[in-house]
Amino acid sequence: MAEPESPHADTKPRTDSSPWNWLLLVPIVVPLLTPLFNHDEPRLAGFPLFYWLQFAFILLGVVTTTLVYRMTRSRGRS
Amino acid sequence: MSAHLTEIIVFSVLFLLVSGMGFVAAKWRAPTDMAHLDEWGLGGRSFGGWITWFLVGGDLYTAYTFVAVPALIFGAGAAGFFAVPYTVVIYPLFFLILVRLWSVSHRHGFVTPADFVRTRYDSPTLALLIAITGIVATMPYIALQLIGIEAVLKTMGVTGDSAIARHLPIIIAFAILAAYTYQSGLRAPALIAFVKDTLIYIVIIVAVIYLPYKLGGWGAIFEAADKKFQASPAPGDGIILNANNQVQYFTLALGSALALFLYPHSITGVLASRNRDVIKRNMSALPAYSFLLGLIALLGYMAIAAGVKPLPGAKPGSVDSNTVVPLLFDLHFPPWFAGVAFAAIGIGALVPAAIMSIAAANLFTRNIYKEYLRKDATPAQEAGVAKITSLVVKIGAVAFIVFLDPQFSIDLQLIGGVIILQTGPSVILGLYGRWLHRGALIAGWAAGMGLAFWMLWQIPNAATGRKHFGGSAFALSEFGFDTPKTIYVGFVAVLVNLAVAVLVTFLLRALKTPEGVDGTAKDDYFADEGDPRIARRLPGTVEKVSST
Repeated sequence: MAEPESPHADTKPRTDSSPWNWLLLVPIVVPLLTPLFNHDEPRLAGFPLFYWLQFAFILLGVVTTTLVYRMTRSRGRS
Repeated sequence: MSAHLTEIIVFSVLFLLVSGMGFVAAKWRAPTDMAHLDEWGLGGRSFGGWITWFLVGGDLYTAYTFVAVPALIFGAGAAGFFAVPYTVVIYPLFFLILVRLWSVSHRHGFVTPADFVRTRYDSPTLALLIAITGIVATMPYIALQLIGIEAVLKTMGVTGDSAIARHLPIIIAFAILAAYTYQSGLRAPALIAFVKDTLIYIVIIVAVIYLPYKLGGWGAIFEAADKKFQASPAPGDGIILNANNQVQYFTLALGSALALFLYPHSITGVLASRNRDVIKRNMSALPAYSFLLGLIALLGYMAIAAGVKPLPGAKPGSVDSNTVVPLLFDLHFPPWFAGVAFAAIGIGALVPAAIMSIAAANLFTRNIYKEYLRKDATPAQEAGVAKITSLVVKIGAVAFIVFLDPQFSIDLQLIGGVIILQTGPSVILGLYGRWLHRGALIAGWAAGMGLAFWMLWQIPNAATGRKHFGGSAFALSEFGFDTPKTIYVGFVAVLVNLAVAVLVTFLLRALKTPEGVDGTAKDDYFADEGDPRIARRLPGTVEKVSST
């Protein structure tokens, strides 16, 4: 474990906080709300709602993570 | 056995091919000096987007995915689909929290989560507990991978009757795996993961297009499943959840996500990536595997619709439901394609098993060997010890399978998940602050572990007739609540862990117990590749420095 010489080297203070991060709560909370998706009807292509909606949550996760990544990246790099 | 000859040949050829790749991997992106834990155990911390995607995907979605999840769906229905929300929830969590661990580890050269805890809280004891918990939780997880291979071998009929004959193919497979992991370290699974995932994607895409066509469409598949669960006397099954298992469903999904996050092998996969951007981009790309996992889970219903009868289990009268997916392929596809599917499962077990044994070896080396046995170990000695430990860990996993009842592989893993969760307050909250006292974290860990084992002990398993350690769904009535609802053990245990940690922190503060010195600075948690404060760790230079 190579110890760094000085823990407070003179670089400008950084942070990864951003209001966009709050958006990530959506794909964390929504897939856990069982009353939302614990239904058989309506069916989609033979799939009960329980299954197709949870598949749709995967897409929700991808969209929100991609969005937050893009928005926070431009901020961090400037 | 001759009926399965084509399958066996295809399986063996593919298996040998990836084994060859495993040995060659040592030369892939070769470092000048392999005798360093950063190289053997973290692949030089240099993996870019694609390699990380395959490596972490191959690491998180294990043989457990391909075999046990559809087996659970086959047996219990909707409750087994928790694997989908579980793998949706995990990526935003990784995105927010794990990048901080990457940064602080990059800055300080940490190889394991226990390294971080050691420096953050200035407590070798807490680090030791984290390391031991990690190793103990990982062992059954490696064993689970063996069960995946075993289900395939059983279907091909290459298993004998005596205990040795039954396990011989697995022992051989693991001996090969152990040999190339020893030689190539993390580069072996990283390279093999390309083959494994390509095979899996092909097999599953073909299966989910062809099988519904053959079985009369998705509607007919769900009808068949519904009919089976209506007829069965078990109260918890069905194609949707009932009033009593919804709390279990979401606590299990959330708890499993947090647990996966804390498993040493997922952390190893993430620490091997090159920079923060690689990790963040991967969190948008990895859900492709979750989609695949959802489809794989539904193979359980296809097996019901196809009328698959699982092969007998280890004990007379029991069935091995892990064999349903291999049987489905065996019955409905030409032998050569079934062989490819079996190879995908077999290789799918090797990638995570290799990463897990490397992760466990890193923990032992950094947090037990270097901390307690040989404080002045050189990087070369560290790498040497880690390589040998990875062998020992694999022998242990084989012993798990040969000597214990492998029937409920998923529960073995769930017990591991419950105990690894108890490291959460130290590792996750430690990334955000240091308010909790190191002594309080130890107390919380002990309380969580104690409660977890008590609760797991109370849970019977109706299917196998066992009275204890029958699963992770704890009846709330045991706590005196007047309800038939169940909840995930790990979730309760970690809440108690946290509560104890908070209370004891107040107590220790009042007693003015020393808190130790924080070895990290606030900025460390945002450090990225090319950080000016990191002495460039060129492999080889490290070796020279330590020998002069």
